[in-house]
Amino acid sequence: MMLSEFAYSCQSLEHVQRRTFLQIAGAGGLSLLTPVASALARRHDDRKVESAKSLIVLWLEGAPSQLETFDPHPGTAIAAGSKARRTNVEGIRLGEGFEQLADQMDSVSIVRALTSKEGDHARAMYNIKTGFRPDPTLIHPAIGSVICHQTISADSQVIDIPRHISILPGSAPGRGGYLGDRFDAFKIGDPRDPVPDIESPVDRQRQLQRIADLNVVDRSFRSRYQNHSAMRDKLGHHNLDAALTMMSSEQLDAFNVTTVPVALRNEYGDTPFGRGCLAAVRLIHAGVRCVEVTLGGWDTHINNHELQAGRIGILDPAFAAMIRELKSRKLLDSTIVVCGGEFGRTPFMNAAGGRDHWPHGFSIAMAGGGIQGGRVIGETNPDPKPDAAAKLANLKDAHPVEDIHATILQAMNIDLQQELDTPVGRPMKINEGKPIQQLLDA
Amino acid sequence: MTSKDWFKDILLLSVCLSAIAAVSVYLTATDRIKQPTMFKAGTKSKMAANTVVAALDASIEANLAQRGLQTSYPASETVLMRRLSLALTGTLPSVEELRELETIEPRDRVHWFVAHLLEDRRCSDYLSERFARVIVGVDEGPFLVYRRRRFVAWLSDQLYANRPYDELVRQILTDDGIWTDSPAVNYYTHNIIPDVEQDSKPDPIRLAGRTSRAFLGMRIDCLQCHDDFIGTMNLGSAEEPLAGLQLDFHSLASFFSQVENSLIGISDDLRSDTYRYQLLESDQLEPIPARVPFNRELDDENENNLRLRLANWVTHRDNRPFARSIVNRVWAIMFGVGLIQPVDNIPLDGPFPPALELLVDDFVVHQFDLHHLIRTIADSDTFQRDSRADFEITDEHVSGWAVFPMTRLRPEQVAGSIIQSTSLKTIDSTAHVLSRLAMFGQQNEFVDRFGDPGEEEFGDRTETVTQRLLMLNGSTIRDRLGNDLNSVARINLISPSLEKAVETVFLATLTRVPDDEELNHFVEQLQPLTGDDRRDRIRDLYWTLINSTEFSWNH
Repeated sequence: MMLSEFAYSCQSLEHVQRRTFLQIAGAGGLSLLTPVASALARRHDDRKVESAKSLIVLWLEGAPSQLETFDPHPGTAIAAGSKARRTNVEGIRLGEGFEQLADQMDSVSIVRALTSKEGDHARAMYNIKTGFRPDPTLIHPAIGSVICHQTISADSQVIDIPRHISILPGSAPGRGGYLGDRFDAFKIGDPRDPVPDIESPVDRQRQLQRIADLNVVDRSFRSRYQNHSAMRDKLGHHNLDAALTMMSSEQLDAFNVTTVPVALRNEYGDTPFGRGCLAAVRLIHAGVRCVEVTLGGWDTHINNHELQAGRIGILDPAFAAMIRELKSRKLLDSTIVVCGGEFGRTPFMNAAGGRDHWPHGFSIAMAGGGIQGGRVIGETNPDPKPDAAAKLANLKDAHPVEDIHATILQAMNIDLQQELDTPVGRPMKINEGKPIQQLLDA
Repeated sequence: MTSKDWFKDILLLSVCLSAIAAVSVYLTATDRIKQPTMFKAGTKSKMAANTVVAALDASIEANLAQRGLQTSYPASETVLMRRLSLALTGTLPSVEELRELETIEPRDRVHWFVAHLLEDRRCSDYLSERFARVIVGVDEGPFLVYRRRRFVAWLSDQLYANRPYDELVRQILTDDGIWTDSPAVNYYTHNIIPDVEQDSKPDPIRLAGRTSRAFLGMRIDCLQCHDDFIGTMNLGSAEEPLAGLQLDFHSLASFFSQVENSLIGISDDLRSDTYRYQLLESDQLEPIPARVPFNRELDDENENNLRLRLANWVTHRDNRPFARSIVNRVWAIMFGVGLIQPVDNIPLDGPFPPALELLVDDFVVHQFDLHHLIRTIADSDTFQRDSRADFEITDEHVSGWAVFPMTRLRPEQVAGSIIQSTSLKTIDSTAHVLSRLAMFGQQNEFVDRFGDPGEEEFGDRTETVTQRLLMLNGSTIRDRLGNDLNSVARINLISPSLEKAVETVFLATLTRVPDDEELNHFVEQLQPLTGDDRRDRIRDLYWTLINSTEFSWNH
């Protein structure tokens, strides 16, 4: 009487057959592919064995201005007085506030002609965090959730603490979407404060008594459903042990930045974001797969230059110190760092001295995990054509935001061609972009 | 000491005494609940004679009998109250409500409670939020032009007044004006895709997909990009199947091509150009006239206002997908599972469970009366069955409604239940504003941390470690239990016996009294304690029951 979820979904026979065919083809050693396809497939398999293992996202919520950060055009009309500074890579300049990051530029690359079709904060955040445009029929997983989903078997016995963490979560921390709640980011505030929900509110003795009492009540409940074969295995506290293990795990120390030497803490900056970056490195070292650290306040519709400079003053020391520490801990080769916001800002000033939303050519910085340093991909025109039709013509080597996702997944050796199943069995592409090969090729 | 000092001392003393008196009254208050006006004692037999309820139960039982499956026994009254309260208010029943229920004749209790809830603002507020999720989603939507809260509040007003569902939807689809003054138009402004290159006009494509899912219970979004070439989207009948076409989707989208958004808000430009789209097999944009995707005989093509024409067709009493969609959704809200799953993907060509068709017929005959639909479902033996049985319960029993299906509480139900269970009085519209504000704030904070499923209303969700940590150590439970103005202190203060104290905590949290083993276990623990130690032990008992498996399930 209750009809199957699968009866009417997009999980068609043809979809299944096509996927099954591909799986069989895979199992058959690609023998069904043409010689050219086989060669391409071998090239894919011959990629370097070492791949990135973790991801840190420095999330600049509100949308930074590319002209004051990673794509300055000093001396032009669109700079509106903004200046730039040289870096340790000849020919690459950053906004003038990036004093420390400038010295790490040989480890960092910039994609300067990113585009999206979303000019609204919420939609653009969804777009750039998931690699897909908002779709009313389902919620796509964030990149961190995809990575945790793809590495779940490797991590199951290794780590007690959450593998996907959002520090200082903004308005859209990473969600598991159709992959499920368990891939949601675990949210924490300023790492100076205790980790939420980890400390028992009562002493050890009372906690043990509470757990013992819980067993009494649960035993009574389960006994009433002993003959419910449809539900028997679902009832109970399947995550109680995992939660209690986490509460007493030594890996929790990774959240604690108060014991880090003051000198090192100061390198990151005495700010919540700086401490978030400091914790992120420790969490990655402990085995966490994806950490997102949010720095908000970039939505500068008024007084752009001053407000952007204030944010850069917080971002620069933290970003640079993170790169330095990842290097010194020999974690940079296995950790991708991505820094950016949901779109850029207009190459012209408004009447309030601000810059408005601009998804037609903005920047993201990337480093580590196989991403080559010291490179700039794409170019924006210092004298952009204002008419709508020509906006993309202002760009050279433009990339849509999903290409950033494809690049990350490829660097992590995650199969870009695979499809993931939604709860109703609808097969969804893991990604719709193309890797930016110039960032990956040695 | 001067007379002025005396006066000050007396004033201070009187203020202190007044405060103590106010707290005492609060702690020991035993207010009665207002009797629902819709309730008439002794009407159970009348409803039971309702042929629809009887036919609904008979159809389900016949199906089970045909498969050789037994049905379970009736659930207890308190279990029914718990189900109804969770479904209609998103919280557990309060101890105050359960005590009031004891004064009602047993045969009238379900009726009384349903009437009580339907007249309670909590019910329309909760159902409006549940309905709004499919109508406008949960996202914040376009800045400035969209006010979700206004839309939900308006919807709540309509549900509270029990406005016929067809009228309500007709207004959503046809209303004009500014999103603040005419809250229904937020349906349109929500579908504006802000784009620096485009006019800020509601997107016909989004509206077509949303209208189909929300009001017809059909996901036809696949057709946005291509024809149905795999046989999952039949827009004909079972006898005469008709594969859905990309043209069908865009012909539906075409109904929204006249909608404009301007300084006067949402309006129609009846002179606007015909909707244009480049279909997959075409090499150019082409005009696509408005045409409904099925039941075309119900469409009045002479109507010039396209939104009005569409609304008339969608809500037509013979357009069964419209009534079927909301009946299935209300069933799903009450049972946790729809008669057809997913609830917004009901095939046009069936097969339809007979119970659904009976309810649909009855809903249309009763002028799309949502309160009547809720009362009918609540009155059925199917709803009132226990989730346990004295035989082995298999998946077949569950899918055939031989037992009440067990479903995990939704995040807002967990939050609402934690908050309500720690207050013996009902936190409704008559509760103190501070109680309601606290509930609002704590509920939002809890759901944010627990994870909001968004539009995934009836998915099968499993608990996560993060959620378990929140239950074990989170601030919502800690603060509710730690606040001496809430139930812990009150139970400690006024319970005539330890047994009564334990029983009250069980009633507040699990909506049942403890069994002998449980009662003895917890009374023994409380026995040697006094004062703060006993209060802390009651607090621990609360924590235990809130963390129990039973608390987290609707059963």
